[in-house]
Amino acid sequence: MNSTVIPPKISLRIWAALMGLLLLTWGLAQIDLGRYNVVAALAIAVTKMLLVILFFMHVRYNTRLTWVFVAAGFIWFLILVDLSLSDYLTRGVVRGTYPNSFEVRQSPPSTPRPVQSIPKRETSETK
Amino acid sequence: MAEARTALAEQFEDMPQQLEASRQGMWTFLATEVLFFGGMFMGYIIYRHIYPEAFGAASKHTIVLYGTINTAILLTSSLTMALAVHAAQESRQRALFRWLLVTVFLGLCFLGVKGLEYHEDLDEHLWPGAHFRADLPPQSQIFWFLYWSMTGLHAIHVTVGVVVLSMMARMAARGLFSTHYHTPIEISGLYWHFVDIVWIYLYPLLYLINRYS
Repeated sequence: MNSTVIPPKISLRIWAALMGLLLLTWGLAQIDLGRYNVVAALAIAVTKMLLVILFFMHVRYNTRLTWVFVAAGFIWFLILVDLSLSDYLTRGVVRGTYPNSFEVRQSPPSTPRPVQSIPKRETSETK
Repeated sequence: MAEARTALAEQFEDMPQQLEASRQGMWTFLATEVLFFGGMFMGYIIYRHIYPEAFGAASKHTIVLYGTINTAILLTSSLTMALAVHAAQESRQRALFRWLLVTVFLGLCFLGVKGLEYHEDLDEHLWPGAHFRADLPPQSQIFWFLYWSMTGLHAIHVTVGVVVLSMMARMAARGLFSTHYHTPIEISGLYWHFVDIVWIYLYPLLYLINRYS
């Protein structure tokens, strides 16, 4: 069979690394790093995922064709994120779009919602 | 050699080619799973972007202890699964059977801890709807909707994994796997590790990163 045998010693080391990263991500979450809490947590999650995929799932030892199959799902997910965020992150920035209006949406439910008039679009003809 | 002929399906040249095809088929399925969960992760990203305060307040109510224990359980079960595949590759029947049982047991432990956690979440009125906690901003319900659907869908996957690995254990007990043929063990292992990977992301997103934002 062409499946590479990974010695249990290596599996154990990968497991130890994963547990270490788990402790690290838990520990970092106890400290206020501002926006870097998110960055650190996601960086550690990606590292853990790569360890699992490359070693536990044997992808490191698989053929290049298998690599393509593995990458496909994640690349399509990144396309989903990229295209969606190119909308949400630019609302109110790009001409003709409206910002996400937090103030109106986050008012407590007891107070009646102010009627929001739709702002007129700025067009060159409105003069 | 008779055994070899039964294990090799007609359309394949040899065993390595058959294993390679099975592997790629499984990864194709896992790619659809990435996008299946991906839609929910995308929803999480967008609503967290729109309601950062509500998400921060909401996620302080997830129980980090249970989440951390469950991460450790799943990571360990991935190790025992890797050891099961290794045992199959070396035709060690008893070791294969035992490691599969340990993996199934850890999967059940995960579900048990999750059940305890769900019970406490419900006691805390964290189910979105009319009886949702009044001390949280109303948009927090979006976070809790995502929490219940993402962890729920993940728990279903763990349950499927437990069933599949139990079937593998039964087949292993009958001595169906060896160095020559162990594709089902390797393929169900891929599924199990994938379920672990989904949790690797759910853990920081639901339990950790919003505590200070």
